[in-house]
Amino acid sequence: MAERAGIETSVAIGDAVKAADADVIAAYPITPQTHIVEHLAELVANGELDAEYIPVESEHSAMSACLGSAAAGARTFTASAGQGIELMHEVLYVASAMRLPIVMAVTNRAVSSPLSVWGDHSDVMSCRDVGWIQVFVENGQEAVDHTICAFRIAEDNNVLLPVMVNLDGFHLSHVIEPITVPDREEVEKYLPPNSYPLPLNPDKPVAMGDFAPPFIFTEAKWAQEMNIRKSYDHIIKAWQEFGEQFGRHYHPVEHYRTEGATTLLLTMGSFSETAMTAIDSMREKGEKVGLIRLRLWRPFPFEELRKALKGVDTLVVLDRAISVGGPGGPVASEVKAALYNQKDRPSVVSFVGGLGGRDVTREGFETIINRGREIAEKGSENEFEIHGVRE
Amino acid sequence: MINSSVYVPRILPELESFTPGHRACVGCGEVLALRLAFKAIGRDAIVANATGCMEIIASQLPYTNWKVPWIHTLFENTAAVASGIEAGLKAKMRKGHLPRRDTRVVAIAGDGGTADIGFQALSGALERGHNFLYICFDNEGYMNTGIQRSSATPYGATTTTSPAGKQSIGQFTWKKDMPGIAVAHNIPYVATACPSYPVDLIDKVKKGVETKGPAYIHIFSGCPTGWGCASDLTIKLGRLAVETGAFPIYEVENGRYTVNITPEKLKPVKDYMKPQRRFRHLTEDAVKEIEKRLREEYHKLLEKAECQS
Ligand SMILES: Cc1ncc(C[n+]2csc(CCOP(=O)(O)OP(=O)(O)O)c2C)c(N)n1
Ligand code: SF4
Repeated sequence: MAERAGIETSVAIGDAVKAADADVIAAYPITPQTHIVEHLAELVANGELDAEYIPVESEHSAMSACLGSAAAGARTFTASAGQGIELMHEVLYVASAMRLPIVMAVTNRAVSSPLSVWGDHSDVMSCRDVGWIQVFVENGQEAVDHTICAFRIAEDNNVLLPVMVNLDGFHLSHVIEPITVPDREEVEKYLPPNSYPLPLNPDKPVAMGDFAPPFIFTEAKWAQEMNIRKSYDHIIKAWQEFGEQFGRHYHPVEHYRTEGATTLLLTMGSFSETAMTAIDSMREKGEKVGLIRLRLWRPFPFEELRKALKGVDTLVVLDRAISVGGPGGPVASEVKAALYNQKDRPSVVSFVGGLGGRDVTREGFETIINRGREIAEKGSENEFEIHGVRE
Repeated sequence: MINSSVYVPRILPELESFTPGHRACVGCGEVLALRLAFKAIGRDAIVANATGCMEIIASQLPYTNWKVPWIHTLFENTAAVASGIEAGLKAKMRKGHLPRRDTRVVAIAGDGGTADIGFQALSGALERGHNFLYICFDNEGYMNTGIQRSSATPYGATTTTSPAGKQSIGQFTWKKDMPGIAVAHNIPYVATACPSYPVDLIDKVKKGVETKGPAYIHIFSGCPTGWGCASDLTIKLGRLAVETGAFPIYEVENGRYTVNITPEKLKPVKDYMKPQRRFRHLTEDAVKEIEKRLREEYHKLLEKAECQS
């Protein structure tokens, strides 16, 4: 049995990839992802992980090599962030449309310019439509667990989609925490060998990635949409079985002290841990506030979210990315869209904060919630507010 | 070169891995080169194909012309995709997830997918030493998108993005030396070929796939549509390109150069250029200038080969 020990999240992710016995790792270094791929290079160099490590010359090639490797039926992992995600952007669409089960850890980072190596969600928010399953984690243990779950989900023959595990750059990637990394034997019980149904194999030739004229392109896209929608149940099942085996349970939308709450805060990623402390302190003052966290970003958990917001007056959404010249927070605008046709819906207030590595403190969260309630009551001229900005 | 011309009917495998019924233009040199190359490669191969003519003409859903496993993803990443396939097979065989065998990974791309947008991915894959064969089908332009220039377009050719005009000779840069750049990566095998010399082409592709480590073959492939010539001239123009020194046929094995086809006396370059609309605007002087530089380059190549022997 694996033991709980103090370990850096990035290193633990590398160990999880080892426990999953990945066959191919193709990666290009970028802060704050480096510790993951450095650790994996070391594991391969020491013979602790029997895998091919391809030190590619760019992220575009990293994801492209992953396409080839996954199409050959190999268990495939990469990691990236920020500019790296932008550089591989074009390739991301191909991975999902061609149903290639690739797992990628994204240590979320701001996107230039100005250059910032620090965390926010700008990178992943530019990938909303790439067709990947996208999960957000809140601490080191979750990063490990969801890396393992990601292989299981991606390679599930009912799914066959690439999975992105998002963890906040630095705030999470570089933090040392007590983490249990399940060992190979335990993971083997949970994660069957990769059985990609039609790999590139000369004994059974297939053509992958044909071009589609208008008479069939729409059908190809619809098939893709049906595929990711249907993946939902299999994601839930994979998490349930993980919970049964490892005792840690995960859900598409997670609640914290939401009972009887009339105001909810919604966050994604590591900010939720600080947000919880803000909720605790406000609850102590007798305020009816709670927190919900979106864990599953794609496929979007419409029903769970609507259920979670039943009877709530105000929903305050904090985004760690900004849709410049648009609706402000991408998460807020999607949440609004999901609720618009509901009869009983809260008013949704959008905040953007924590950009480029800026902290949001417990007091900050309290300010956001209070200001959110004020806006819900009195209205505002702005589509969104930006927390803590100096004008 | 193995002197196999005597045995041609016996050594040319009947097996076709690329079937008829594709959509290439009449007289397409690329598709002929492709077919010949896969006669040499056989069926135990996996192909990664860049976007471009050879992809578009053979893959319209729900059809394919390929009898070997084939993957197309994007324009510029084919060498990287091939790296991934090779690594995937290697890991799976080593770990006992796949029976050990010598499946060849072959990446194919046009000159644009090779010398321009796919240049970095190719350089990376060659430098990392993957065990694969990369074939560039060089028709000297982006033909799939309507005859735009590439860095492999020859000096003086008019294309839709290097048009000849009052202020322009057409393409004003010299053809990028892709085989030379491949050689600079210190890979075990680099060769040039042309479907006008099918036996040489097949021999080289065989050598290429049998090489342990990266191999690069640059195949000069006539394109009647892009070059503006009659569709029955593809083979003849390929010969003329070689006989005039416009495209020398050579190979570089572990750094050692051999010029495989050495005409006793080079023919005038105008014989090669004249039947092609893309060169028609060039003055006699301009053609002379081009000839002069081509000869210099040709002699440099001969010297490289001679210095070693
Ligand atoms: C990123 C990207 N940029 C541009 C294109 C458009 N495009 C597709 S094929 C092609 C030209 C192909 O030229 P080449 O590689 O020389 O092959 P050919 O068609 O001549 O055989 C271009 C420009 C693309 N598909 N992807
Ligand atoms: S445009 Fe040229 S290369 Fe493309 S299919 Fe036609 S002849 Fe062949």
